[in-house]
Amino acid sequence: MRRLTLILVPYIWLLALFLVPFLIVLKISLSDTALAIPPYAPTLDISAGWSAITEYLGALDFENFTFLTEDDLYWKAYLSSLKIAFISTVLTLIVGYPIAYAMAAAPNEWRPTLLMLVILPFWTSFLIRVYSWMGILSQAGYLNQLLMSLGLIDEPLIILNTPIAVYIGIVYTYLPFMILPIYSTLEKLDGSLLEAAEDLGCSRISAFWRITVPLSKSGIIAGSFLVFIPTLGEFVIPSLLGGSRTLMIGKVLWEEFFNNRDWPVASAVAIILLLILVIPIILFQRNEQKQREAGQ
Amino acid sequence: MAQTVFDPWNDPSAEPLIQFKNVTKRFGDFVAIDNLTIDIYAQEFFALLGPSGCGKTTLMRMLAGFETPTEGEITLQGQNIVPVPPNKRAVNMMFQSYALFPHLSIWENIAFGLRREKMPKDAIKERVEDMLRLTRLTQFAHRKPHQISGGQRQRVALARSLAKAPKLLLLDEPLGALDKKLRQDTQFELMDIQEKTGTTFVIVTHDQEEAMTVASRVAVMDNGKIKQVATPDAIYEQPNSVYVADFIGDVNIIEGKATSEGEKVSISWAEGQPEIKGTSSIGFSKGQTCHFAIRPEKVSISAERPDDAANAVQGKIHDIAYLGNISTYYVRLSNGKIIKSQTANTRRLSRRSFTWEDDVWLSWTDTAGILLEG
Repeated sequence: MRRLTLILVPYIWLLALFLVPFLIVLKISLSDTALAIPPYAPTLDISAGWSAITEYLGALDFENFTFLTEDDLYWKAYLSSLKIAFISTVLTLIVGYPIAYAMAAAPNEWRPTLLMLVILPFWTSFLIRVYSWMGILSQAGYLNQLLMSLGLIDEPLIILNTPIAVYIGIVYTYLPFMILPIYSTLEKLDGSLLEAAEDLGCSRISAFWRITVPLSKSGIIAGSFLVFIPTLGEFVIPSLLGGSRTLMIGKVLWEEFFNNRDWPVASAVAIILLLILVIPIILFQRNEQKQREAGQ
Repeated sequence: MAQTVFDPWNDPSAEPLIQFKNVTKRFGDFVAIDNLTIDIYAQEFFALLGPSGCGKTTLMRMLAGFETPTEGEITLQGQNIVPVPPNKRAVNMMFQSYALFPHLSIWENIAFGLRREKMPKDAIKERVEDMLRLTRLTQFAHRKPHQISGGQRQRVALARSLAKAPKLLLLDEPLGALDKKLRQDTQFELMDIQEKTGTTFVIVTHDQEEAMTVASRVAVMDNGKIKQVATPDAIYEQPNSVYVADFIGDVNIIEGKATSEGEKVSISWAEGQPEIKGTSSIGFSKGQTCHFAIRPEKVSISAERPDDAANAVQGKIHDIAYLGNISTYYVRLSNGKIIKSQTANTRRLSRRSFTWEDDVWLSWTDTAGILLEG
């Protein structure tokens, strides 16, 4: 009985904070827009009895989802988001792995400081940090000033409002999510394994590829999902740094909600996004599970 | 069939496989290995024995190539191997932690070194299967290291390090993680495998019993220096210093002054106690301080004074340590000195002849002990 209550608590939590909001969004996605508050119809009036409920259910349909397939804006936005999320994840991995590796190789007394430095950016508002990138990347920004004063370029580079700025913003923002899980697997790596590999004829480099990389695989996977999943729905970075040319589903979602006030279509966009994310989330969970089992 | 004695170290024409020539290793101010010179011969089972921190592991890591000597030269078959990186040495190591690759199966672990040599696939398969058979692991070939027991992991580590048929195999505390019973079985297995493969083994251990069991020669180390290198029996019977005598097995040490010269030496060591007569290979001059070392099992215990004993002292039984097969009697002499005597318990405990506070005589012959300088 006590065990049951213990299990029930997180489930009730999930039910209240995840499943109920999800069902509300699902319901809105099946409704029609209306000039009302809230801006959709039908709304349920329980006091009117059973006939009102059947009437209410009858008014729901998949019209909004069909609409999403008809306008190519949406699937282009999904595809472009997937592409941007994928490329950003790879870039974050390329930048993050060496940092995590260097942290794990650093002397013990340095490690807490290095960890602190990775976490430090979280202490300032995310929005301010993205804004400051606008200051760095704009045509008269610090980066261009620096490059021009060094004589490397004659004309300012156009970075802001291009996909490059979006990638820079995403890699910068999500780097800690990549570094931390990789660092935690590398830190646990037994140094004698690398010595054994060398002893058996590996060079340092091949020992890295054959031992270090496979043994940090779970950290790489965890970090990649932690970057990929939120990046897919990201809207602040593309709106601030990407300009109008960068198409991402998070931005489309925002515009549907706040500019068009079309809550049902926006909800349908969100539901599809969630369905796309279910696959990587399940894969991520499985990876975590495996890691936990291996740790036992 | 007469057994030929394996003792290349006594043969001046034999070429050592490994030579340490005046090797010194410093870590900052700390001297881990202090001007050490040693020869190890092919097919030896050579044990490095010493307390932790004595430099034995550093010595082994220099052989493997993970540490470079600060001074001196290490040669393998006459060639200086100091500049050779670990992956290019014909030396393999079995790690104390075994260092099995957790993401690879037993089979792949053993094949790891062979694959790096770009050996043809069939040859690898054959070699791995030979190794699995040698270490009786065939049925576990496809398991991962975490799915087998500690003893099996130890055998995988051995098979993996033997697979490349190294000229020299290094074993770093190989049996440390095993329980006593399994350790004893494995010691004999190791000796068996060493004989079958004809590989030269260098083993590092802090367990003197283990070193004595497996090794053809034992080097006792202390503070980065080798105190003595000899066969197990010579180390035990003829230690060259009080340190070695005390480190290996149980011993009674009596400090005294020589009262006569020559091969038969008498030592006076305490007032009111008879002088001890012993034999010495090193000459002592009159009045020189010396240490008399005698193993407890060479001291006989009796109720009456034995007539023919060269040395006999009287005392009271202070304590008895009963170990099942043997008992150690701690006998206190009239001057307070405690001397240990060990006897095999050939009779049942209830019929033991001596008990606490009994007056007894301890006796030994004039060749039973050894006289040491310090």
